[in-house]
Amino acid sequence: MSISPNEVPFAGTVPSPKTENEGMITGSWRTRRPILDTDKCTECLICWISCPDSSIKSTTAGMEFNLKYCKGCGICNEVCPVGAISLVPELDFED
Amino acid sequence: MLEEIKSLRKAPEEEYYVPGHRTCAGCGPALQYRLVAKAAGPNTIFLGPTGCMYVANTSYGCGPWAVPWIHTQITNGGAVASGIEAAYKAIIRKKKTDAEFPNIIVMAGDGGSSDIGLQALSAAFYRGHNILFIAYDNESYANTGIQTSPTTPYGAWTTFSPAGPVIPEGKKLMPKDLPKMMAHGHPELKYLATASLSYPLDLMNKVRKGLNAEGPAFLYIHAPCPKGWSFPADKTIEMGKLAVETGMFQLYELHEGQYKLTYQPKEIKPVEEYIKLQGRFSHLQPEHIQKLQQFANGRLKEVGIEVSVPAQ
Ligand SMILES: Cc1ncc(C[n+]2csc(CCOP(=O)(O)OP(=O)(O)O)c2C)c(N)n1
Ligand code: SF4
Ligand code: SF4
Ligand code: SF4
Ligand SMILES: [Mg+2]
Repeated sequence: MSISPNEVPFAGTVPSPKTENEGMITGSWRTRRPILDTDKCTECLICWISCPDSSIKSTTAGMEFNLKYCKGCGICNEVCPVGAISLVPELDFED
Repeated sequence: MLEEIKSLRKAPEEEYYVPGHRTCAGCGPALQYRLVAKAAGPNTIFLGPTGCMYVANTSYGCGPWAVPWIHTQITNGGAVASGIEAAYKAIIRKKKTDAEFPNIIVMAGDGGSSDIGLQALSAAFYRGHNILFIAYDNESYANTGIQTSPTTPYGAWTTFSPAGPVIPEGKKLMPKDLPKMMAHGHPELKYLATASLSYPLDLMNKVRKGLNAEGPAFLYIHAPCPKGWSFPADKTIEMGKLAVETGMFQLYELHEGQYKLTYQPKEIKPVEEYIKLQGRFSHLQPEHIQKLQQFANGRLKEVGIEVSVPAQ
């Protein structure tokens, strides 16, 4: 790929992303997928504040994982005080 | 003024360190970055001296910050921050902008703060620039492949302090105490604290206190690194907690000349409970573990926590 010199960003300046950095999609790193048991979840937010990849959100429908970026580190499963998260091997899923 | 965050429910929902970065799964420094960015909010400029929090975040012309970010050399985070601060003050004074003075935050590793970046850090604090300098301590020069740094604990294996028949304990030296170095000898210092990613509310509120201070503030954040310390990626939070509960790391702040312990474990556990979960300490013999216990006890005593696990 070649770009003309006047298209090269000044001093390597690039725009900031707003809500996600699509230049580095990390969901494919995952070997285990976090799955939520909504009956057990108390929405205490501990998993949300503990995710290094900002991949858990509290929504009106409960806690939601962002599988586009979740790396499957398993921290959320470790910190959940009520055992509402389990990690399931990625190969068990069709998608 | 940034207000105190009273509970997790009151913590800002917005992310300014967004998903999409190459940090290892379970990376402690990435998690503390997210918490710092959340607490600081949108009127922030981050500076990234070379290290994992620069290199593993900026991939091929992109990065995960929803706010301005600039790379600095590993040596000069303090100097670049000083320049940005002075420039903002000048253009605000000359009315060349109606922008509000921003939060200027340096996110430096232990190498970029306690070692290679120490001169620029100290000079910025000596001159009294209104910045927040954060040293995230993953206890090694991680980005270049886990080399020993001044804050690597005694007895830890790194690629530059391998354990072997000649030096059985790996690292022989005791670590440098950077927050105490910063606390004494910089008369312009306005706020200083230590924090851990395992205590997120405490961490975020210390970020806010540092940013509210009118002058240089220093925050030292313990950030376990699964790759460098050799523990499973899901144990990052537990490792941070154990460091505090065994006395290997202490949580305190220094404000207006007064030290205050911000968290005191109910019961101090033996350091062995912390180190046995980390591959970097797996070669240690009982006499080395005793030396680490002595180290933890010394640091606890210094901050006024009663030592309850005797060291031989
Ligand atoms: C002057 C200079 N020396 C050495 C390096 C090589 N280098 C790049 S990243 C790095 C490690 C930085 O360690 P630290 O500041 O603790 O951050 P970490 O990678 O552990 O997050 C080193 C030594 C460099 N970039 N510049
Ligand atoms: S930590 Fe567990 S209980 Fe709390 S919000 Fe997350 S899944 Fe729900
Ligand atoms: S597995 Fe790790 S990356 Fe994925 S949601 Fe849980 S904490 Fe976040
Ligand atoms: S080496 Fe450590 S600090 Fe660097 S990205 Fe990996 S876990 Fe994070
Ligand atoms: Mg480091």
